[in-house]
Amino acid sequence: MNRFARLLEALVFTPGRNGKLRLLEHYFAVTGDPERGYALAALTGTLSLATAKPAVIRALVAERVDPVLFDLSYDFVGDLAETVALIWPEAERKTEAVADSTALDLTEVITTLQRSSRTEVARLLGNWLDRLDATGRHALLKLITGGLRVGVSARLAKTALANWSGHDLTEIEELWHAQTVPYEALFAWLEHRGNRPAADLALSFRPLMLANPLEDRDVTTLDATQYRAEWKWDGIRIQVVGHGDTARLYSRTGDEIGATFPDVRDTIRFHAVLDGELLVLDGDRVAAFADLQQRLNRKTVSPKLMRERPAHVRLYDILVEDGDDLRSAPFDVRRTRLERWFARIQPERMDLSPLIPFRDWAELVALRDSARARAIEGLMLKRADGAYIAGRPVGPWWKWKRDPLTADAVLMYAQRGHGKRSSFYSDFTFGAWRQGALVPIGKAYFGFTDVELHQLDRWVREHTLRSYGPVREVEPSLVLEVAFDSIQRSNRHKSGLAMRFPRIHRIRWDKPAQEADRLESLERLIDA
Amino acid sequence: MARRSRMADWLDVRSEGLLVVPAGVYIDPVRSVDRAIVTHGHADHARPGHGAVLATPETLAIMRTRLGDQAGRHQQPATYGETVRLGNVAVTLFPAGHVLGSAQVLLEHAGTRVVVSGDYKRQADPTCTSFDLVPCDLFITEATFGLPVFRHPPAEQEVTRLLAARALHRDRCVLLAVYGLGKCQRMIALLRAAGHDAPIYLHGALQALCRLYTDLGIKLGPLHPVVGTTPDAMAGAIVLAPPSATRDRWMRRLPDPMVAQASGWMRVRQRAKQRGVELPLVVSDHADWDELCRTILETGAEEVWVTHGREEALVHFATQQGIRAQALSMVGFEEDGA
Ligand SMILES: [Zn+2]
Ligand SMILES: [Zn+2]
Repeated sequence: MNRFARLLEALVFTPGRNGKLRLLEHYFAVTGDPERGYALAALTGTLSLATAKPAVIRALVAERVDPVLFDLSYDFVGDLAETVALIWPEAERKTEAVADSTALDLTEVITTLQRSSRTEVARLLGNWLDRLDATGRHALLKLITGGLRVGVSARLAKTALANWSGHDLTEIEELWHAQTVPYEALFAWLEHRGNRPAADLALSFRPLMLANPLEDRDVTTLDATQYRAEWKWDGIRIQVVGHGDTARLYSRTGDEIGATFPDVRDTIRFHAVLDGELLVLDGDRVAAFADLQQRLNRKTVSPKLMRERPAHVRLYDILVEDGDDLRSAPFDVRRTRLERWFARIQPERMDLSPLIPFRDWAELVALRDSARARAIEGLMLKRADGAYIAGRPVGPWWKWKRDPLTADAVLMYAQRGHGKRSSFYSDFTFGAWRQGALVPIGKAYFGFTDVELHQLDRWVREHTLRSYGPVREVEPSLVLEVAFDSIQRSNRHKSGLAMRFPRIHRIRWDKPAQEADRLESLERLIDA
Repeated sequence: MARRSRMADWLDVRSEGLLVVPAGVYIDPVRSVDRAIVTHGHADHARPGHGAVLATPETLAIMRTRLGDQAGRHQQPATYGETVRLGNVAVTLFPAGHVLGSAQVLLEHAGTRVVVSGDYKRQADPTCTSFDLVPCDLFITEATFGLPVFRHPPAEQEVTRLLAARALHRDRCVLLAVYGLGKCQRMIALLRAAGHDAPIYLHGALQALCRLYTDLGIKLGPLHPVVGTTPDAMAGAIVLAPPSATRDRWMRRLPDPMVAQASGWMRVRQRAKQRGVELPLVVSDHADWDELCRTILETGAEEVWVTHGREEALVHFATQQGIRAQALSMVGFEEDGA
């Protein structure tokens, strides 16, 4: 438990992806079975465990700690789990070495939680906390209150397994969902001690095929007759896996997100693997991305939210139909199969992303530039004879975003970045004019070169009006040309607007701030 | 209450600080005064510009290094255990275990023994003399970490964590943020004791005091300035700097630094994270909650005044133990070298 607790703590504090990977690889290398398997499951959120309510934890600590001292401490720390972890009395000072030898292990904790009721957890918890040090107690309380947020996606964990074992990530991803906690067969194979575990692949994630951006390439160098065109939708990529009465929904990274979208998952009765875009509908139309965001990252969803923001899948590919793997078939064949399958099954809460007929590139360019409908980011070009290949092969699929919109905005606040950028002001908030005052309209932290970052950093330091911790308010005199994919109404922002993918396009050292854009002109860019 | 007023009647809390009336001397005054007793060299205790200063020889040396000609016109050294008479008050300094030269002040007057703890700790520290317990009637205690959430683990364990993180990230350097007096030298000495004998790199602001410690016989091993060292040479190295430098342009010269900070405040992880620390190390030169409580009881004091930090919880604790206690609000103290 202590080793796992220290891993969690290090993951929380390590900002970069590479640093996190290194910690995970090290942990898998030095930890034995079955503990590392349980840790892997806990990190990737694949366990369902008995939990304890905060009230139970407060009651336990009240039996042991003076209430005045507890309240003063809770006031100072601000987080219940952390306060309890820190204040929990220790009979004698435990060094990590002592704590390691007497502490309970993760396996015992998890296997017990898997078969316990809430009442039993409350009874066990006091004794468990007595056996751990502060770091261990904190981890246990987070585990038991369901709040283990350490920024490890299933994808990141699988990448760590691949790096550490030398096995191919694609292969691990295919096997992954057929494995069960604590993954002993998987680890045996990863360590070259055992055979590739047998996998019932029916419900597993098929690594996705991704497109390359067309930006730097002239479209006319491609043969128009060899490509098919579709709209590029502004939702989230989803893989739908139906296997009779069980179904899984996978995100782009292979995380299972069925519980977040039961409205889609529970209507599935077919045997197929489909590729598509998850969207939220508003009547017949696609809702703003902000509405989709409301539904992301939830473990449970209320009926009200599902009613107000119904999820929908717009399909564009079929990978498996009734056990028949179509991935090596050409796109045109898959498309025909998809259309026929759709007509036959008529799945609920799904529709087909239409193919867009065109004669030549000129016609398509015109279409792309005129398409300002909400939820369309641009076009996808797919080679008619291309197989479905995992990863990002160059050639068969291109994404062709419409040209970004731009606005001239005034820099208002700058914030220090993280990790390597922690000594730079690298996160910028900018605004537009409304009745002679600036209203913040967005935030961007990329788009500039390293040289420009140095220049911006120096400018911020020299033009600071006020500091609020890591944030500086600057003199409203620097104009930034901001590029963004679209702009939508939002009642969560003071300006009433939300930008999609804002980035710094150019620094307008030359432009007077008074000539920057007004809010009204941005409102005219809102998608139909 | 009669006893309390008898204890208090020759001590007075003024805006300058705690005044020992019959001796005409302030203890750690926050402004320049004619006569001062200074418990230790931290900036919020050792202010510039006093007339006469009574302190340990080490503290006086530290003041000269930091304050130059503002270190006090007349410096009067007193070694640990040596009694000095000021008016009709007997003053004796005892080790506080906080930083090199740090002292508790025992004041004996009119049959009453008063101890002013200054900043102190009871954990071992290779760079200073260990805390002495001084029995007294009135104990004036610090309370920097005066909440039961603060428990400092053994410092050696935190140094082991530091070295393990360094071993896992060989291509990066560890930038350890430390207060310049005490914590800096203690961390270096602990690293040396843990077998780390490679050169340690220092921010310019830390060099003078490290030199002074070395001159006073504390062994710190090879120390190099960051200035003039190439980034490549510092990959895999440990670099020490004051906390402010970790947010400064200065750190750009370091190869992919991993920011570590050694402080008692690191115990509260959410706060450590807010400060952008990647490797929080709980190493403090102050007493933790358990030490504060234990020391109050062990002095046998009938009355306790609590100052310099979070007074409320400690006053509550002492009161629960049947000891008269009150918070002594004094201005001008900050979170120093915690
Ligand atoms: Zn101090
Ligand atoms: Zn102090």
